[in-house]
Amino acid sequence: MTALHDLSLLEAAGALQQGEVCARDLTEACLERIDTQDHAVHAFLEVTADLALSQAEASDRRRAGRTPADPPLPLLDGIPIAVKDVLAVKDIPATCGSRILEGFRPPYHATSVRRLLESGTVLLGKTNTDEFAMGSSTENSAYGVTHNPWDLSRVPGGSSGGSAAAAASGMSFAALGTDTGGSIRQPAAFCGVTGLKTTYGRVSRYGLIAYGSSLDTVGAIGRSAADLTAIFTTMAGHDPLDSTCLPDSVPDIDLASTASLEGLRIGVPEEYFIDGMQPDVEKAVRAAVDQMTAMGASAVPISLPHTDLALPVYYLIAPAEASANLARYDGIRFGPRKESEDLMEQYLETRGALFGSEVKRRIMLGTYALSAGYYDAYYGQAQKVRTLIKADFDAAFEEVDVIACPVAPTTAFEIGAHSDDPLDMYLQDVFTLPANLAGVPGISFPVGFDRQGLPIGMQLNAPFLGEEQLLQAAHAYQLATDWHKEKPLL
Amino acid sequence: MRLTREEVRHIARLARLKLSADEENLYAGQLSAILEYAQRLAEVDTSGIAPTASVLPLTAPLRKDEAHQPLKTQELLSNAAQTEADQFRVPPVLNNLTGEDRNGKQE
Repeated sequence: MTALHDLSLLEAAGALQQGEVCARDLTEACLERIDTQDHAVHAFLEVTADLALSQAEASDRRRAGRTPADPPLPLLDGIPIAVKDVLAVKDIPATCGSRILEGFRPPYHATSVRRLLESGTVLLGKTNTDEFAMGSSTENSAYGVTHNPWDLSRVPGGSSGGSAAAAASGMSFAALGTDTGGSIRQPAAFCGVTGLKTTYGRVSRYGLIAYGSSLDTVGAIGRSAADLTAIFTTMAGHDPLDSTCLPDSVPDIDLASTASLEGLRIGVPEEYFIDGMQPDVEKAVRAAVDQMTAMGASAVPISLPHTDLALPVYYLIAPAEASANLARYDGIRFGPRKESEDLMEQYLETRGALFGSEVKRRIMLGTYALSAGYYDAYYGQAQKVRTLIKADFDAAFEEVDVIACPVAPTTAFEIGAHSDDPLDMYLQDVFTLPANLAGVPGISFPVGFDRQGLPIGMQLNAPFLGEEQLLQAAHAYQLATDWHKEKPLL
Repeated sequence: MRLTREEVRHIARLARLKLSADEENLYAGQLSAILEYAQRLAEVDTSGIAPTASVLPLTAPLRKDEAHQPLKTQELLSNAAQTEADQFRVPPVLNNLTGEDRNGKQE
């Protein structure tokens, strides 16, 4: 029999409904897995074991107290998940991987978290992240690097590296992440799991500690597209507490009828197959497109001509927004502070000492790009080129339903491989940034392994509000293949 | 595009970040390399192209003006380094103008 922690989320939910397991069993299995594996992986910054067990027992009481006349419990009731440590959970420490928020306990829930908890989800804890989600490897956390469960000497990707590693190693059935420039899709690819980046505005950002406000999205990482579907539909939808949250209703997503991809037009952008990318990655992605065409889809060569400009655009816009968003960390209302008799000195000392080097680099880059005399040349020009990048997607989606491309140029790299050269690290994001600049959704899912046995991910992007299409297409692929069922040997 | 240490120090001051001399040197090199890379945007013809600040049409949705229970003062103060009389406590903001004994006010 499969160990409980190796069940898929849907299998676990089915076992709960059949009375074969209780929520406490599932929660104990995850906590046991965390206990035995996380010393090596370090996916978690905080494990909320007592809270999780009490939530699980409450779920079991709800289930036991039901009568046949009662409406069914939500699918997620009793399912243990983890939450990236940039989302607020009331009274549970939220650090954003930063010393500047050490000891901070949010006084309220993020809307995404609240909706999951109201559906009976069990919270296992908070997962590691690059500081304020700024990074592609989880090496920028002030609380230590997370290790890739497939090879502990390698990074899990980032910034949602803790969430991806937790889902991949059986410590959690799924985990919430956030994606500002690839921070869900790239770690999902590096860890051999499935990650959904939602449309900008689809899931409320209330209680998401802000990095780049025009780019930040909340999504989830799990072991299959089917597993992510209930999480997505539970979290998404209008929220009066976020004025950028879209009013559109969220569909009930039916995956039962999606075994065929008949009629699906898949765009394959030439700009995403660049010199210098790892040959195994290109091969696996092209094979996955072939698999999908064998299932009835058609592959259409397309062009997204401004793709190579996404990187400089992103690394001006995101830092500019970050420099404004992170102005709030002044040691006054939350977080530790370096005491001084002089207010200006207190700001300088607190921020200088408690922000890490990547965060300081991006704050300064953004401050410079917004400063008098440089605004038009840097920030203003970046916003105009962003319009061109978005127009590329608009034009492509006139011709195709989804766009298929690699998630990253390589599989998971060694810890420390890019940490001396920030620009070198930024180049890892080249395939994920465009979707954030255009605001469109994306899904990353496993499509093979390289010759070293490291997972390879493929990305699908869809038009605005196209999550249903992405989940259905990835689910159909996963019905026909077993890559997503492979598990690391820990 | 080569940032000097002076410029880095100025940016850091604007961003309220105290940097060590080593950090100033490091960032001068790294920020220069990143800005150099960003120069390729200058070559793009964007005449007649509107800037994108958000992919959504920026509107100001209205809600009903209904009373609700806000977060409690004590909850909001609970994360502060120093509080006094239900307020955040900070060093004097206008200390050069008051003429008061700064040490006395700090206690």
